[in-house]
Amino acid sequence: METETDQIYHLDVGNLLGFNPNHRFPSAPSSREELVKECIEESRKLVQAIANALFNFTSTETNDGPIVQLPPPTTKLPREKHVPRPKPPTKWEEFALKKGIQKRKKDKVVWDEQTDQFKRRHGYDRVNDDNDVPIIEAKATDEPGEDPFAKRLDEKKKRVGKQQKNRLQNLKAAEKAGALPSHVQLAATSLPISGTKSQPKKIGKDELGDVAGLAATSTASGGKFDKKLPGEKPPKKQSKHHQYLPVVAGRGAVNPEKEQTNNVLSKIFSKHSHEILNVGKAINMYNVKKEKKKSGRSDKSGRSDNLKPKKDITKKPANKAK
Amino acid sequence: MMEIRTPKTGKAKRVLEKRAPKLVETGRKTLILHGTKTSATVSSVLMELYRLKKGGAIKYSRRNENIRPFESGGETSLEFFSQKTDCSIFVYGSHTKKRPDNLVLGRMYDHQVYDLIEVGIENFKSLLSFSYDKKFAPHEGTKPFICFTGEGFENVPELKHLKEVLTDLFRGEVVDNLNLTGLDRAYVCSAISPTKVFLTHCALKLKRSGTIVPRMELVEVGPSMDLVIRRNRLPNESLMKEAMRTSKDKPKKKEKNVDQDAVRGKIGKIYMPDQKLDEMHLHDKSKGRKRERKESKLLNEETDSKKNKKSSE
Repeated sequence: METETDQIYHLDVGNLLGFNPNHRFPSAPSSREELVKECIEESRKLVQAIANALFNFTSTETNDGPIVQLPPPTTKLPREKHVPRPKPPTKWEEFALKKGIQKRKKDKVVWDEQTDQFKRRHGYDRVNDDNDVPIIEAKATDEPGEDPFAKRLDEKKKRVGKQQKNRLQNLKAAEKAGALPSHVQLAATSLPISGTKSQPKKIGKDELGDVAGLAATSTASGGKFDKKLPGEKPPKKQSKHHQYLPVVAGRGAVNPEKEQTNNVLSKIFSKHSHEILNVGKAINMYNVKKEKKKSGRSDKSGRSDNLKPKKDITKKPANKAK
Repeated sequence: MMEIRTPKTGKAKRVLEKRAPKLVETGRKTLILHGTKTSATVSSVLMELYRLKKGGAIKYSRRNENIRPFESGGETSLEFFSQKTDCSIFVYGSHTKKRPDNLVLGRMYDHQVYDLIEVGIENFKSLLSFSYDKKFAPHEGTKPFICFTGEGFENVPELKHLKEVLTDLFRGEVVDNLNLTGLDRAYVCSAISPTKVFLTHCALKLKRSGTIVPRMELVEVGPSMDLVIRRNRLPNESLMKEAMRTSKDKPKKKEKNVDQDAVRGKIGKIYMPDQKLDEMHLHDKSKGRKRERKESKLLNEETDSKKNKKSSE
């Protein structure tokens, strides 16, 4: 009789699930308790059927009890996440495939010729460490001013940078294929707002201090009564930035504003005085000429003007100290 | 400018790897939350469900006003929570005048809403109202039996959908090996009418019977309620196809000695051992050597010898 009911029931032992599609509940329900009893009784039969199958499996005895290998579940249920996508081969993997390069397992410990002992390949006190070379012999191709040690450091930096770039490219390709490894995240550090690719400038400590000071002065108290945070330096200049002198002087005192403007003017004149006309000299010259004209009419000398040394007009008069 | 970010601690790395999509999936984690308004029934249902699913469920206690599962824009919060907590099945309880004591069961695929089913709760009886011998109380985290009774589950599409969702909800972890002493609970779901399902939770009593298989008895312990089907939303075809797609459970073993070529098609290699044609044993067709004859001859000899013995005695 049990085998008959097994055929009617749909059992999924892998999920411990039983389904009886043939039971018909009375459409006019008897009392609630009767209904509940009926449901439980039917389910009991189902559970018994599943248990029959379960306990007949070969079980291995352990400390906790008999353990049974469950068959895989037969009900098809949807997945909760997509099937993991295959990772596209990296640039190196493609190259290796093309060239037929095989992966070779490397030993952790390598024989070091120089010290005649086994040293580890990577890490502290490693074989062929670039930093440990004491002397680098100069080659014919080397320039005289170049530091070979610095050059080596530079080369290493370049190699590391190139490797980082390649790694990023590989990860980007993997992300495009939807197969980014679970522990890696690619994040955009700067948003492409403008057309330029330049990174936003990082503000230094001093600049920040200046900006903080500016912000403080724009508060209601002008920054004087703001709460000082630990480590914050007092503002550089707290007093007025412009000093205006009184226009009208006191009795007997020198007019300070007039003095100030005079000073400014005199400074300007002194700077450009070589371009300015030497008025005094010009007057003298004029007077002399005038006198000569006067005297020239009465006093006619045999001397012709051509023999006299001619004065060079282009030459500028020497700067007379003022 | 892109930056590669990797976890700095081993623990963080392990958490991320746990959340990554796997080839073979173990059960779903449940997210239990409620909406703007909940009645006493709904809040106790949610609480008891959480207790039943203690190991693999997360319960949020705050009100969520902007979650409306059946509306197109109201799922964003749910998807965010699903991503945050790595839960792919949720139970959302609410109570409105139009839909009193409402429960929405939904599943996610890739943290996007896959399907939804809305049920109303009637005749709810809490855990605490059942009295039974505490010896048989089911332990936390044990794998339950799930029993469906009634032709409704096969004929009515909504009930069919509900059956699938309840299986996913109650299933627990999918395991290969099961400890037979740890069988102590069963969920009973019966389709008492084309729109109503009676759901209850029972403890198992294993009684000694004559055979290896013990006699199972069910004792009602847990919450019991009637679920009235209200609305449901099935997944769209393409999404269903993608979600149902299963790769083989074990990675495909490379078939040896079989080659697939575009030109020649499928080619197989058979290795023949050395055939020494001189020494091959073909069956001897000569009359005298027929096996049956030989055997019958032997038998006759035996019977003769026996007869002789008897006669001599």
